[in-house]
Amino acid sequence: MTITPDMYERLVNIKTGEISREIFVNEDIYAQELERIFTRAWLLVGHESLIPNPDDFFVSRMGNDSVILTRDRQNTIHVLLNSCMHRGMKVCRYDQGNTRAFSCPYHGWSYSTDGRLVEAPGQLVGVPGFEEHYRCELDKKAWGLVRCPNVVNYKGSIWASWDENAPSFEDYLGDMRLYLDAALDHRDGSEGGSEVIGGVHKWRVKCNWKFAVENFIGDHYHNISHRSVDLVGIGPSAGRGRRDMESTGSFQNIIIGFPALGHGVIGHLPRYEEPPYAPAYQRHPAVQEYDRQVYEARVKRLGNKMRVATGAASIFPNMSFHGRQPRTLAVFHPISATEMEMWRFYLVDKDAPQEVKDVLRHYYLRYSGPGGMTESDDMENWMYASEASRGTIARRHPYNYQMGNGYAKPVEGLKGAVQGGDTTEENARILYNRWAQFMAGKSWSELMPAQTA
Amino acid sequence: MDDTALKALLLHREVEDFLLMEADLLDDRRFADWLALCTDDIRYWMPMARNVQFNKTAQEYTREQMDTCWIDEGKETLTQRVKQLATGIHWAEEPQSRVSHLITNIRITEVTPDAAGNPAEVQVRSRFLVYRNRLHDEVDIYVGKRRDTLRKLDGAWKIARREIFLDQNVLLAKNITTFF
Repeated sequence: MTITPDMYERLVNIKTGEISREIFVNEDIYAQELERIFTRAWLLVGHESLIPNPDDFFVSRMGNDSVILTRDRQNTIHVLLNSCMHRGMKVCRYDQGNTRAFSCPYHGWSYSTDGRLVEAPGQLVGVPGFEEHYRCELDKKAWGLVRCPNVVNYKGSIWASWDENAPSFEDYLGDMRLYLDAALDHRDGSEGGSEVIGGVHKWRVKCNWKFAVENFIGDHYHNISHRSVDLVGIGPSAGRGRRDMESTGSFQNIIIGFPALGHGVIGHLPRYEEPPYAPAYQRHPAVQEYDRQVYEARVKRLGNKMRVATGAASIFPNMSFHGRQPRTLAVFHPISATEMEMWRFYLVDKDAPQEVKDVLRHYYLRYSGPGGMTESDDMENWMYASEASRGTIARRHPYNYQMGNGYAKPVEGLKGAVQGGDTTEENARILYNRWAQFMAGKSWSELMPAQTA
Repeated sequence: MDDTALKALLLHREVEDFLLMEADLLDDRRFADWLALCTDDIRYWMPMARNVQFNKTAQEYTREQMDTCWIDEGKETLTQRVKQLATGIHWAEEPQSRVSHLITNIRITEVTPDAAGNPAEVQVRSRFLVYRNRLHDEVDIYVGKRRDTLRKLDGAWKIARREIFLDQNVLLAKNITTFF
C-alpha cells in the first residue's frame, strides 16, 4: 500500500461513521503507527511501587522498544532504552530487581541506574579496555544509554514520551485527568495512595492493539461478550453479574469523551456530592466495612468539591484503566498489525488491611487477565475480528461506527468533553479521529490547539 | 521383592492411574466429574514466572495468596469456571477446544499414613504438556511442572492442592480456559 498524507482521512471517516479495516490489519500502516504515534505520545511505563528503592529497576516497553524503568541513587526516576550503545545487546534481561549497574554481557560496557556509563577508576567496569584499546579517547559521557527525555510520575503511575517537544503530561490529559485521578487516588478521596500488587500480567493476543483500547474507551454495547460470566455470577456480592451495582438514579454511567485529545471513559458526570452509599462486597464483611469507611471519609474529605467516578477508560494511544472493579492499569503493546502484548497492573489502596487486599486480588484474578472469566471472552472476539478482517474482500468493507453519531453534547464542568448517553460509539470515533491526526504527522501546535492558543 | 517395595509400587500405580483418569475426564470434557475430584478446601494455584537474577531465584515465581498469579483460587472459583464452560455461550470455548493433557514424570515424593498405616496423603510431582487446538488453526502448547497433594477421602483419591508452574514468562496463549 502506498501511504499518502491524505490517506488517513479517507481510512477514518468520522462523518459517515465508517472506518477502514486496513488500519487494523495492514503492516505498512502498523509500521507508521510505531513512528508517528509511539515515538511521540505519552505512554504508560509502570508504577513507582515497582521500583521503591534506589537502584531498583523494572523492564517495560514503549511501542516496540524495550525500556528500563529505574530509580537511581538520587531517587530520580529514569526510562532508559534497554540496548547497549556499543553493539545493541539488551543490557537488562530480567523483569525487575535491584542492581548497582547494568553490565552488558557482550563486551562489558556497564551503565549505572541513571543510564550513564560507569566512570570508575580501573578497567573492570564502565568500558573495558578504556585506556588500552580506546586510548582514553572514547567520550564516555556521550555514550550512556539513551534516556527518554520526558518522564513523569503522576500519582505513582509513570509515563514517558520520546518527543522533546511533547506537551506536558497534564496538558496531554486535559480534564481526563479527573478520571485518572479517580482510579489512582485513595478510595477515601485523598491524593495518590494506591499501589500495584506484585506481579504484572503479560500475555500475547493475536489482534490489533486498538481493539483493546476501543473496548475500554467506552463500549457499553459489548455486553453480550460477557453473558456467560454474568449468568454464573462472579461479583463480590451475591447473585448474577460480575460487579457491584454502580449506577443508581442520577449517578449513571455515561460515555464521556475528549474529542480534541483522544481519551474517553465510561464514568459519572461531574458532581459535587457523593451518591448515597450503595452496599458492595456483601460476601466479604471485612471489605464491606472498609468500603463503607472509605465512603464516609470521602464524603467528609471532598465536601462539595467537584469529583467524578470512573469505570473503564482509555488514554490515547494504548493505555486503559478501570477505576472500580477490577481496579487496574493496562497497556496494549504493539507487536504486529495483528498481534499485541497485553499488560495488566492491579491497584489497591496502599494502606488497606491485608484482608481487603486479598479479597480484591482474588476478585481481580477471576475477572481479569488471561485466566479471568470475563476477559477470556474479550480476547476471543478481538482475535477473530482481526483475523476475519484480513481477507481481500473483507478489507474493502469498512467497520460501522455510526451509533449515536451527531448526538454528543458538551459536559458541564469538563473542558472539551462531550457525552453521548450511556451507549454510543462516540468515544471510538474520538479515538480513531485522534489516531488519524497523529498518523497524518500533524505538529504539536496542530494537535494541541487549545494549549498552544 | 519385599513387602515395602511392592506397596510402594502399587501406590505408584494407583496414583498414576488416578492422574491419568483425571486427565481423561478433562480431555473428555467431563468437567463436573473432574470438579468432584477436588476437595472442598482445594488450593489451585498457578504463579507467574519472572526472569530474575541468579541469586534471586527465590523471587522467580509470584507468591501464592500474595501476588498476582495466572490463577490463585479455591473450589468456589473452580466451580464457577465449570459452570461457565457449561453455559454454551462462553465464547472463548464455543465451539469447544480440542485439548489433550499429557501427564508424565510422575513421582511420589512423600507419603503420610493414616492411623492404620495406609497412605492418607501423598505429595506427587509430575510434568504436563497440555495441547489446545481450537477452531481451524489456533494452537497453544502449555508445558510445565505440577506439585500435587492428593488426599484419600472415603477410599478414593482427591486433589487437595495443586501447584502449577508453567514454563512461560509472557503467556503465549491469549487466555487460559482449561484446567491443568
